[in-house]
Amino acid sequence: MKKKTRMTVVDSRMLTPEICSLTLRYPQEDAPDKVLPGQFAGLYTGDASMLLPRPISICRWDTERKELRFVFRIAGKGTRALAGFGPGCAMDMLGILGNGYPMEKLAGKRVLLLGGGIGVPPMLELAAQLTENGAAQEVTAVLGYRDGTLFLYDDFEKICRVLTATEDGSAGTAGNVLDAVRAHSLTADVICACGPLPMLRAVKAYAQEHGMQAFISLEERMACGVGACLGCVTPTKEVDAHSHVRNARICTEGPVFDAREVEIG
Amino acid sequence: MSADSVKRPDMSVRIAGVCFKNPVMTASGTFGSGMEYGEFVDLNRLGAVVTKGVANVPWPGNPTPRVAEVYGGMLNAIGLQNPGIDVFIERDLAFLKQFDTKVIVNVCGRTEEDYLEVVERLRDQPVDMLEINVSCPNVKEGAIAFGQKPDALFSITEKIKKAAAQPVIMKLTPNVTDIAEMARAAEAGGADALSLINTITGMKIDIEKRRFVLANKTGGMSGPAIKPIAVRMVWQASQAVKIPVIGMGGIASWEDAVEFMLAGASAVAVGAMNFNNPCLTAEVAEGIENYLIRHRISSVSELTGAVADA
Repeated sequence: MKKKTRMTVVDSRMLTPEICSLTLRYPQEDAPDKVLPGQFAGLYTGDASMLLPRPISICRWDTERKELRFVFRIAGKGTRALAGFGPGCAMDMLGILGNGYPMEKLAGKRVLLLGGGIGVPPMLELAAQLTENGAAQEVTAVLGYRDGTLFLYDDFEKICRVLTATEDGSAGTAGNVLDAVRAHSLTADVICACGPLPMLRAVKAYAQEHGMQAFISLEERMACGVGACLGCVTPTKEVDAHSHVRNARICTEGPVFDAREVEIG
Repeated sequence: MSADSVKRPDMSVRIAGVCFKNPVMTASGTFGSGMEYGEFVDLNRLGAVVTKGVANVPWPGNPTPRVAEVYGGMLNAIGLQNPGIDVFIERDLAFLKQFDTKVIVNVCGRTEEDYLEVVERLRDQPVDMLEINVSCPNVKEGAIAFGQKPDALFSITEKIKKAAAQPVIMKLTPNVTDIAEMARAAEAGGADALSLINTITGMKIDIEKRRFVLANKTGGMSGPAIKPIAVRMVWQASQAVKIPVIGMGGIASWEDAVEFMLAGASAVAVGAMNFNNPCLTAEVAEGIENYLIRHRISSVSELTGAVADA
């Protein structure tokens, strides 16, 4: 039977005043064989007044050390509490959850990774797994930030070609990730994206326009994280397999969807 | 004391002629149809799985956001998304029948006819009991409209009882002035048992965005913060009727479950806290058993209503 995992915090630090990097180590016997980029876990604050785990996407998986790295924005009291855990602390975790990016569909392809804001972190593990053993033919990451505080940029630089866009124009292309894609005339076979909904809408439209396949990672308020409560659904083009309506569960059928399959407006 | 001399207490409870191996159930809507939590809990260890509400046809539910956390609890406005009775019977019920646990199907509808259609469809199905959801605060038509007026509750209970092959539990809403009056109306309509409480209507506003957090504006509140209200209502309802009461509302531990039973519940259901601890149902069952051993109580049913009245 599965249960919550009692992880140990091995590293916790702020990358910017509001972005936290948290690394958790598995107890030896509980480590998974495989972690897919785009998967997430539910992290518990340990404060009983906050009963729901916080769904946070995996930024990096260290197979050797059995460590998961999470990079998240402090958006409320839950994420603030998570950022307060220091090295040596125990933290309960539910998961690994969700489907992750379809690695088999990315093999041998030229892949464009688009990460916007707090959608940047999951792109790091994706870049790592896609460049490992030459799984993908070519990997280019385009990272969108509000300003010149380019968190995780150095980590990407070690792995793949990386370009940036900033809303205030202080680094890279002024504008969003698609502005950078256009500015550099980037082409690819497949786009993998994670970021705010307006960005994902634009990515979907861009991919459609250019005849590219796009896999996008969606976000929604979640409760159970395992597909039971039906809190985190996204409208879909076809009838979904679970509820036979047109609402797929982001935590279970997602969070990564083929952009053509979801009706995100 | 040697291990041999500890007699295992009798954990079984009987409700409307149905024997449950223990008094721990799942609260409708918090456990899917068991499949999602089957990896975390051995379903054979539960008294019953109470399914998510099922209607006569698939329901898409409400727009998102559908859930929000609040202090000590959460709000939900799922809007009873469900695949409809056909898929339910073929897939979910077939799945549940692999386990040695009772199956209680939660039935929802917009109109009386909707409810009756589902109840009829389940007549010849391997289902142990029906739980009638006349208390969901998140859908515009039906549901709670049948559960907030005694005469409407009496009337729908009576009609469902005529159509049902299985014993009927009426699930009551706490969003009423007098829960005892509602309990009596359901009993008079022929209900075999009551379950309560469903969620309490609540609201959360994002002050930075000055917007409602839930797309539905209001949602049903559940979680540990509502437990004292639920315990009070279970006590009032069980005092008002002779039929058994299944107690729920914020159960987070075996201690909470024992409290509900002492207040008058014959069985209990774990709800929102499944989302906090997916293994909680089985842990509650184990904890109750240990409590009985410690207090040398031979049967769990002795707890029902056993709070001292002075």
